[in-house]
Amino acid sequence: MPDPKPDPETFRAELRGWLERNAPKSLAGATGGELDGIWGGRKATWPNPDAKRWLDACAERGFTAPEWPRAYGGGALSREEAKVLRQELGRLRMPPPLIGFGLTMIGPVLLQFGTEEQKQEHLPKVCRGEIRWCQGYSEPGAGSDLAGLQTRAVLAKPSGSSDGDHYIVNGQKIWTSYADQADWMFCLVRTDPNAKKQEGITFLLFDMETPGVSVKPIALISGSSPFCETFLTDVRVPVGNVVGKVNGGWTVAKALLAHERTMIADAFGGGGGGGRGRGLAATARDALGVEADGRLADASLRHRIAQAEMDTRAFVLTTQRARDAAKAGHAPGSESSIFKIYGTELNQRRMELLVSIAGPQALGWEGPGFDERELDVTRQWLRSRGNTIEGGTSEVQLNIIAKRVLGLPD
Amino acid sequence: MSLVLTEDQELLAKTAADFVREHSPVSRVRELRDRRDPTGFSRPLWKQMAELGWVGIPFPEALGGAGMGLADLAVVLEQLGRRLAPEPFLSTVLLGGQALLLGGSEAQRQAWLPGVAAGEKLLTLAWQEPRSRFDPFRIEASARPAGAGFALAGEKIAVPDAHGADAIVVAARSAGAAGDEAGLTLFLVPRDTPGVSVAPQTRIDHRNAGLVRLDGVQVGRDAVVGEPGGGGALLGRVLDRATAGLCAEMLGAMSQVFEDTVQYLKTRVQFGVPIGSFQALKHRAARVFMEIELARSATMAAVRAIDGDDPEAAKLVSLAKARCSDAFVLATNEGVQMFGGVGMTDEYDLGFYMKRARVAEMSFGDAAWHRERWARLSGY
Repeated sequence: MPDPKPDPETFRAELRGWLERNAPKSLAGATGGELDGIWGGRKATWPNPDAKRWLDACAERGFTAPEWPRAYGGGALSREEAKVLRQELGRLRMPPPLIGFGLTMIGPVLLQFGTEEQKQEHLPKVCRGEIRWCQGYSEPGAGSDLAGLQTRAVLAKPSGSSDGDHYIVNGQKIWTSYADQADWMFCLVRTDPNAKKQEGITFLLFDMETPGVSVKPIALISGSSPFCETFLTDVRVPVGNVVGKVNGGWTVAKALLAHERTMIADAFGGGGGGGRGRGLAATARDALGVEADGRLADASLRHRIAQAEMDTRAFVLTTQRARDAAKAGHAPGSESSIFKIYGTELNQRRMELLVSIAGPQALGWEGPGFDERELDVTRQWLRSRGNTIEGGTSEVQLNIIAKRVLGLPD
Repeated sequence: MSLVLTEDQELLAKTAADFVREHSPVSRVRELRDRRDPTGFSRPLWKQMAELGWVGIPFPEALGGAGMGLADLAVVLEQLGRRLAPEPFLSTVLLGGQALLLGGSEAQRQAWLPGVAAGEKLLTLAWQEPRSRFDPFRIEASARPAGAGFALAGEKIAVPDAHGADAIVVAARSAGAAGDEAGLTLFLVPRDTPGVSVAPQTRIDHRNAGLVRLDGVQVGRDAVVGEPGGGGALLGRVLDRATAGLCAEMLGAMSQVFEDTVQYLKTRVQFGVPIGSFQALKHRAARVFMEIELARSATMAAVRAIDGDDPEAAKLVSLAKARCSDAFVLATNEGVQMFGGVGMTDEYDLGFYMKRARVAEMSFGDAAWHRERWARLSGY
């Protein structure tokens, strides 16, 4: 007989007691988004010491990675229990204790492809927020055509030996988000220059403090950016840091890209329930005023706002449909292929609309004369133009839908 | 609510798909059109659908129904929609039937709904008028107290399956002015009541629709469905159900026309290659695919929200109708463009879908009207 399923409500009762004791009230209301979330790592700073206490308390219980196995620092929660955890954090308006590419990208990939040694080495540090990761995929000559990457990794063989114990890596990576603050990089390198381009690629991990790694931030049109260029010059990487098979990195890369696209879609498409910040209608009401009957004074803007909100709702319902199908034990359906493209386009439309509502007040670069919210809208709008490029352009996504879902010929 | 079909619904979908494949190709719709069939659908097939239990899906078992929900009916409607089956679900089950189910007296329900579920009686609803466009409350047809009951007068347009209906639920104004939700009353009017006349209309989709004239129609107080003067809210609930059901039909039709188009892209050769290998067409096809996926999520949510008496049901119906209207029109317009010249010919089925898309779009409010309704329901 299988064990009886533990009751999620028992877990909820126990969790509420734990949260009562451990959730710092000073963090309530923080979104835990890209800008105010805790990324951890060796270079982490703690303007609010409660954030560190919250991270440590959660890591102790495995709540930073609720569904990962206990042996690797996770919480070993069932899907239902993880949902209860999200609900309870939401109820108290507590931010997630930790965010970052360790949890969303390299972690899931190591769980799927890593050796036992790699999992033991890296996953607990991710869960405790000790190591912050960055992603070395794109190169100046390999953007949408990622498989065309040229960074070389050559096996260094000591004289008299047929096996090498490390690679020498040379090349340049670009658009490496937060490389300047990361401790380790997961990256794609070319190990066989003579094979067909997807077949000569290997997935490697290395410490950013390895000699030969240098990082230069890239300024964007929005004024600041998380992006960097990363230069790799004779970087020595132990062979034990290969994830998956040598020359089999493309398989790993594709699995990781799926995680990345889901993450981007969730972050930008309002996958969490309708986008960030105040509602469009509330913003417009302040900027434009209302008619006597309480309706927005500008009918054409009202129409665009309704359209954006309805598009968001349809998108959120579609992500829910995918989750419900997964819960019912169905294989991922074709609907998930639209998340990256639609979520990012949706975010762009929302940002365009916020700019339109603000009018000339959306044109400020810095004060005086523009308040913080207005300046934030402007910068976010500029930044949003990159959403349909990063993590696979919309055009690449459309190609993928045409090929994989619709089966259209090359 | 869970946005996934239950095992029973999967089974129902398969049964319906098999039935439609066997009994209801699009050529049937073409034949009905070509011989100018006044009823516009097949009575024997309707009887079969009733025997399969589909007609009775949303009615209680005590009234001869299956006691199931709109989410179950939607599964059948989607499959029927795939081949444009014109049987009168919308008029009989969703409009007239739901008006009686939600607002009718026990006597009215007992008198009519078992016959409806058995496939023997046909109902419809007459609400639209020449000047009402999409506003369901812009009703001028009048209901004046007369004798022990009311006298009805006015003109109704685009009444689905009016010809052949055994009774018509009529929305008329007993107080207030056109546009007011208050002051409307619904009446159950048997087709053979003196003063009721029906003239068939021919619309682009060749479905049965008619003009209904009410000329001094005398009805008793027992003809009132729901509360006198309180028909507006009832009408709104009925139209939401019918709209959600229509969305399911539209979803089936747009899915089918899109699958046919993708198949054509794979087989039609120009410049020595299948035209589906051209990126210009791939990207357009992928965009249509996305719109259909979003329409599906919205429709599934709308029918489940109605079944669950969700306070957001009306908003979700507007979401579904806006998306289905846009997506169905897009899928058929793109289909014609991708089929090229043959897509414009009457010989190909595509035109039938394109015309149905327009009629469905204009039924119960188009996308723009539903976006405006969403804004109103959201308080802006």
